Amino acid sequence: MSKSTATAGVEKNPPVKLPNEPAITPQIVAEHGLAPDEYQRVLNIMGRTPTMVELGIFSAMWSEHCSYKSSKVWLKKLPTSAPWVIQGPGENAGVIDIGDGQAAIFKMESHNHPSYIEPYQGAATGVGGILRDVFTMGARPVANLNALRFGDPSHPKTRHLVSGVVAGIGGYGNCMGIPTVGGETNFHAAYNGNILVNAMTVGVAPTDRIFYAAAAGIGNPLVYVGSKTGRDGIHGATMASTEFSEDSEEKRPTVQVGDPFVEKLLLEACLELMATDAIVAIQDMGAAGLTSSSFEMAAKGGLGVIVELDKVPMRETGMNPYELMLSESQERMLIVLKPGREELARRIFEKWELDFAVIGHLTDTERMVLSWHGDIVGNIPIPPLVTEAPMYERPWTLTPLPPALDAAEVPAPKDYKASLLALMGCPDLASKAWIWHQYDHLIMGNTAIRPQDGDAALVRVPQSTKASSHKGLAMTSDCTPRYVQAHPETGGRQAVAEAWRNITATGARPLAVTDNMNFGNPQKPEIMGQFAGAIMGMAEACKALDFPVVSGNVSLYNETEGRPILPTPTIGAVGVIDDIAKAVSSRLTKAGLALVLLGETRGWLGQSLYLRELCGREEGAPPPVDLAVERRNGDFVRGEILGGRVAACHDLSDGGLLVGLAEMCLAGGTGVTMKLPADAGPPHGYLYGEDQGRYLVATDDGGTLLAAAAAAGVPATLLGYAGGQALVVEGLLALPLAELRAAHEAWLPTYMNSAA
Amino acid sequence: MKAAVLVFPGSNREGDVAQAIELVTGRRPTMVWHGDGDFEKTDLIVVPGGFSYGDYLRCGAMAAQSPVMAEVKRRAAMGVPVLGICNGFQIVAEAGLLPGVLMRNAGLKFVCADIHLKVETSQSLFTNRYQAGQVIKVPVAHAEGNYFADAETLKRLEDRGQVAFRYCAPDGTVDGPLGMEANPNGSINNIAGIFNETKTVMGLMPHPENATEPMFGGTDGKGLFEGLVEALS
Repeated sequence: MSKSTATAGVEKNPPVKLPNEPAITPQIVAEHGLAPDEYQRVLNIMGRTPTMVELGIFSAMWSEHCSYKSSKVWLKKLPTSAPWVIQGPGENAGVIDIGDGQAAIFKMESHNHPSYIEPYQGAATGVGGILRDVFTMGARPVANLNALRFGDPSHPKTRHLVSGVVAGIGGYGNCMGIPTVGGETNFHAAYNGNILVNAMTVGVAPTDRIFYAAAAGIGNPLVYVGSKTGRDGIHGATMASTEFSEDSEEKRPTVQVGDPFVEKLLLEACLELMATDAIVAIQDMGAAGLTSSSFEMAAKGGLGVIVELDKVPMRETGMNPYELMLSESQERMLIVLKPGREELARRIFEKWELDFAVIGHLTDTERMVLSWHGDIVGNIPIPPLVTEAPMYERPWTLTPLPPALDAAEVPAPKDYKASLLALMGCPDLASKAWIWHQYDHLIMGNTAIRPQDGDAALVRVPQSTKASSHKGLAMTSDCTPRYVQAHPETGGRQAVAEAWRNITATGARPLAVTDNMNFGNPQKPEIMGQFAGAIMGMAEACKALDFPVVSGNVSLYNETEGRPILPTPTIGAVGVIDDIAKAVSSRLTKAGLALVLLGETRGWLGQSLYLRELCGREEGAPPPVDLAVERRNGDFVRGEILGGRVAACHDLSDGGLLVGLAEMCLAGGTGVTMKLPADAGPPHGYLYGEDQGRYLVATDDGGTLLAAAAAAGVPATLLGYAGGQALVVEGLLALPLAELRAAHEAWLPTYMNSAA
Repeated sequence: MKAAVLVFPGSNREGDVAQAIELVTGRRPTMVWHGDGDFEKTDLIVVPGGFSYGDYLRCGAMAAQSPVMAEVKRRAAMGVPVLGICNGFQIVAEAGLLPGVLMRNAGLKFVCADIHLKVETSQSLFTNRYQAGQVIKVPVAHAEGNYFADAETLKRLEDRGQVAFRYCAPDGTVDGPLGMEANPNGSINNIAGIFNETKTVMGLMPHPENATEPMFGGTDGKGLFEGLVEALS
């Protein structure tokens, strides 16, 4: 290929047609997921009929998954800045300043569709993809989390999906040597045909060594590193942008296959190269593989790129340009190097036994030119593909707020002991130890709060050894889909508030959020309305709590046969505590501690787990979230923790006060005796209501805490004291911890070990 | 004490054990790349945990064939102490420095959890800081830790006091078969760690290096490293 042809700003000759290349027909266009008007845009941009590889590129880049065409107008409403935000949405991951010259880099991403089709590989490559997003930016990953939603446990596929997803997440993360420290797992029939697998990675990097995707330097070499390219995952991004039907299993070949061992080598090799000054820009090959990575690097740098596809390392013979551009083979990276650094880089990747190939260079043409054994097979102008990309303001209808449900309209349990055992053993609240014992949550030796021991996981920040104290990163993932379904604005607010509260309950300062928006088909106004409502609520909460969104991911079309999932805007959040020794868990380990309830309890049973699990009703308005009260209560709790006046703390959410108390007892192996306050109202409302903005705090000195709360205007009630081996509510309930533990821990292993 | 920690492609707990060694000695151990046939003289060689070569073929089998392991075998024959942890135990066993094999966990799943170990002897470089019969709490994190040896080998190990640690109940009970909670992988005779005949090579599946600080899993594993320092400094 002559350089003059390739560097020309305009196209002189149309690309060469490959042997056996089919003609572009309306059917082929439709198979690529492009609507007729979208294809017309392609023709306008190209000024001619595209070749197959060009059509494939448009299809991938304009898929919902890559283009955010239905969601972009709404995502812009989220707050994304704060003094501590170094990089907001738009890069591989978000970056925040955590002090001492260090940054936390994190993001959450879905791998829903692949995980339903092939649970082990789908979930594994979800973890692999999010890890790459984080280490691409120069961070060493320090923790993984995941948020999983499965269908009804009685659905015939659920057990198989749980088993495969958990094994896949563990298989990848364990081999990579990154601790999986937290997450959440729910079950609901609405996920029967569309499970959700949302994976989050948090990494740490020096603030002055962060790497971005924007290419720079005309003539600089474009380098391919990692695994070879195979035929797996072709059109994964397009698959993830459509609804499922009964024949979705036929899409199995669009699921990628992961190799965590290669990714571990890639991580080490990239970090080694990043320690030199050889890199101009770097981007992982995720969804839409070589297409989106090369495109994004060139577009962000305002440059053009030539890719010599025959130089791409290939796993099998006979691959063609179309397959190479659209393969989603895993564990690959694209790097723009400074001139003359190829040998330095090659030596590092060869040491780690990874492929390394110079596959092109940057140009000033703002065109993506693809060559194949000397012939040009694709030539696309880059800016219009971005500026002319379809963007939809889809019609939307907000979900009206259902009427509130009075606790008096909800029957009280006949037997409090049986009701608590039932709740603690229900699929959503039962111990998830069966899951997290399959994840290495201790590797790296920095895990201070383990799964089930606190509201958020807490991990020591490595390499901050110069001081006598160590920083900690608190991290959590939260969403209450039944609240979002009932009223998306309230549900969006609540998801953000609960994440903020969970970070706060460890003593850490909540800093920023990554959002993973999982919804149904956006072409339905009521689904688009759920999306819009959730965003409105989230935006309000993020603003009120100074909790900006720095990264995220949107997964739409989570529907099968027209049945959508519960709207699930999963919130991943990160906070920092300057001295990790001051952090607290929710473990109640000492007799004599006073238990103080902070926040107001009105006995809100609408959309509560009590209502769903014990009365079989999913109705009413979800609990309202008063953001000013959230902030006041949370700031007070954090101050008390950092002041050393708190022994253990737990936020109250699913299941309310009694469930929260039971979880603290089990985590620390100590019982509690509490008394209902005189003004409690109906006991089942007080004990099981899911009023927001509340914390349960254990302290050596209840009197001092009550006085401090009164001074801060925070409602506070002394409930009782820790001690013994039973959970006692005077006059209502006396439950030995052993019995409680058995109910809590039995459900999941029993379920997983029973025959389908 | 001068220590070397080997690094294979896929090792991932080398940093954890290096951190534990640094905590007790105040100095960072030398990290030795698998391709290096020779490395500086040290008082201790550690083969760390991880997934060397992706655990493909069989855990530890490929690492056992690497140039650095030939050198480790030479030095072990001269009496240089070798500690193999988790994947390191698998590698050391595959290299023939310790008898027996580590099979897939009886429960067929990866298990990461705190477990209890009974220290079988204090008469070794590795265990001199513990009392015989002492119960310690350290984590495991593996999918292939199910120790097995034929009856004759097992008898020899038991007779010569080559069992270093046994999985036990929190109260130290090791009589009879333990449940999965206590013996997380189904190892024969509840064996968690063994010595070679001269007690200069030890392999164990649990991770004492992840139990060396009060806030991060407790300190029950620290004694192993302190004992080594005492014996080798």
